[in-house]
Amino acid sequence: MQDKVHITINSKEFDVDKDLTILDAARINGINIPTLCHHADLGIAGNCRMCLVDISGSHLLQPACATVVTEGVEIQTNTRRVRQTRKELISLLMSEHDTNCLRCPKNGNCELQDLAAEYGVDGNDYIQLSADYTIDISSPAIIKDDSKCIRCQRCVRTCEELQGVNALAVVNKGGELRISTFLDKPLHYVVCTNCGQCVNRCPTGALTEKNYVADVWNAIDDPSKHVVVQTAPAVRIALGESLGYPAGERVTGKMVSALRGLGFDKVFDTNFTADLTIMEEGTELLMRLKHALTGEGKSHGALPQFSSCSPGWIKYLEHEYPDLLNHLSTCKSPQQMFGTLAKTYYADIAGIDPADITVVSIMPCTAKKFEAQRPEMTDSGFRDVDYVLTTRELGHMIKEAGIDFDSLEDSSCDSLLGAHTGAAVLFGATGGVMEAALRTAWEIVTGREIPFTNLDVTPVRGMAGVKSAAIKIENALPAWSFLEGVELKVAVAHGLANVKTVLQLMKKGEADYHFIEFMACPGGCLGGGGQPIRTTPEIRQSRMDAVYAEDNALPIRKSHLNPEVLHIYKDFLGEPCGEKSHHLLHTSYTARGKY
Amino acid sequence: MNTDIQEIISKTGTERNRLLPVMQEVISRNNYLSETAMRDIAKAFDISAAEVYGVATFYSFIDVSRLGRNVIRICKTISCDLKGKTDIINAIEKHLRIKLGETTPDQKFTFLQTNCIGWCHQSPAMIINDKVYTELTPEKAIVALEEWE
Repeated sequence: MQDKVHITINSKEFDVDKDLTILDAARINGINIPTLCHHADLGIAGNCRMCLVDISGSHLLQPACATVVTEGVEIQTNTRRVRQTRKELISLLMSEHDTNCLRCPKNGNCELQDLAAEYGVDGNDYIQLSADYTIDISSPAIIKDDSKCIRCQRCVRTCEELQGVNALAVVNKGGELRISTFLDKPLHYVVCTNCGQCVNRCPTGALTEKNYVADVWNAIDDPSKHVVVQTAPAVRIALGESLGYPAGERVTGKMVSALRGLGFDKVFDTNFTADLTIMEEGTELLMRLKHALTGEGKSHGALPQFSSCSPGWIKYLEHEYPDLLNHLSTCKSPQQMFGTLAKTYYADIAGIDPADITVVSIMPCTAKKFEAQRPEMTDSGFRDVDYVLTTRELGHMIKEAGIDFDSLEDSSCDSLLGAHTGAAVLFGATGGVMEAALRTAWEIVTGREIPFTNLDVTPVRGMAGVKSAAIKIENALPAWSFLEGVELKVAVAHGLANVKTVLQLMKKGEADYHFIEFMACPGGCLGGGGQPIRTTPEIRQSRMDAVYAEDNALPIRKSHLNPEVLHIYKDFLGEPCGEKSHHLLHTSYTARGKY
Repeated sequence: MNTDIQEIISKTGTERNRLLPVMQEVISRNNYLSETAMRDIAKAFDISAAEVYGVATFYSFIDVSRLGRNVIRICKTISCDLKGKTDIINAIEKHLRIKLGETTPDQKFTFLQTNCIGWCHQSPAMIINDKVYTELTPEKAIVALEEWE
């Protein structure tokens, strides 16, 4: 029992682990203590004081999040003094807060609003001190509204601890303390990667995504527009959370029906272009390997090859390590490949002028909004992807349209750009691009299935921040004989802080990998900045389980067997990494400043 | 990179706890931290420029906007206030023909307020650069300015 301590909370006795904070000890035992600055993914800040409790031996209230239990301690979470102090704190926060909640994008999903309701705070206890703030709308992805900020610093800790970016910092002190950027520059002009992890953790409406719902309704309601929609793999395993389902519920079929119900003319799937990405990126990797090992063919870039699906990761590399851009696969992300093909291949076959096509993406991501607006993303001759909505925004549209989601029948995507394999679904989880690439590349090189039970490449699965695997290639087909006996080394990193760790190893010459999958967000896309708020390690694990279940449930689980992918190469693209692919499906990158 | 900063860092090193000494040294040479200085420091320390800016703005005596060659900081806290700091401010404003917070057109003086500088017993007090002036009267304040003109 020496690892346990005996404590009393509200006159009930408990034996709890000795290193727990009072907050954790209480929550484990079903006693709720309110918090604002505390977050399961982040270090302890102890600055909001919402979790103050009465403890024996202290005449001052102590913050439960930052106080560790001790033997025999008696804790009171529900005294008059505790309740009144919390109420006072909320009132003071409200006096500096823009309380026009009806105009706030977080209305109904705001931790401060919830607490105000719980404690009966109406915002009129103190005179309003909320000053005029300029709302930062510079970024196409994220809006920063300081009039809603309670200075809990979750965003600052997210940007530092999880992402290692530090685009946001605490500036000034005391009453003038603000969350800001370098020299208070607009977000669009600093190192912000648009990953949106701060948006996922902001307890109020101070950081939100830029909302494009009205633009999408306008397109749908415009009879001259043919509006097609694509949904990323990680949307179907999280959308349910926006609509009242528990985390990890797969709602793929209902989501497709709901999209039709919203009025989209065609419902396609980003998974189709995820499979296509595997063909392009896998081929690119084999070409890079061939050039490195035999000197034959032209150089397609350096090894290790970096994956290029995550726009947050790409912007991070452009800012922080522009000297490594030649490692980045030139493949566009599945979202952008889809946009280009919708306005070329699909437009041709459907006989629709691409000028009349509007491409909408539903993404688990805020950075995709930025990616869609990158100036080079116009290979179709038009803006390839017109509007990007997050999973949250789609949930909002479904509610706004009055669709009874639960009663919807399952349906499938439209054909041409809709078929997909289990491999594509894996893109939604960290390690998924790697697993999908390995399933296909291994089979191309050896003619055999990858030697893992049920095709599950387990070393690249799971939530470890950095994962790696090495597989020795034996009995390669004659065309790939130069790979015979080569030990293929791969690595996977998610969350930009982990990404940074791998890149620093590489700079020191201690990362001799051939292919590395990098994802900006913790957990990969399933933990993306556009996913339903709130996020915890448990919620992300449930979503990950759902990704693997979705892969397992599909009849085809290898990208190179996707019938529509085979079809598009035969009818339109020619061969992977061929002339047409190069023009439509590949891109280039921009070195950016580090500030 | 700015040669001044290069030189400073070559002496201090770039451990995170050297950040403040580097900033102080830049301030002692240039009066303020410029945008490029902050970027250079961030690069040398391998931290974000926002973090450098955050640290700089925490400290009252590290300025991030351009100041005149001489910085007057008059104490704004209660003891100096009771002993007539307003009269001193008026006299200095009139003499320099600038308002609090401003810099003279010839870049010679910047006039700022500061929190308590610990001279309450000899208030009102001000500092010009690193030199303290206490028990001020409007006349004494002008004489103090003339030392730096």
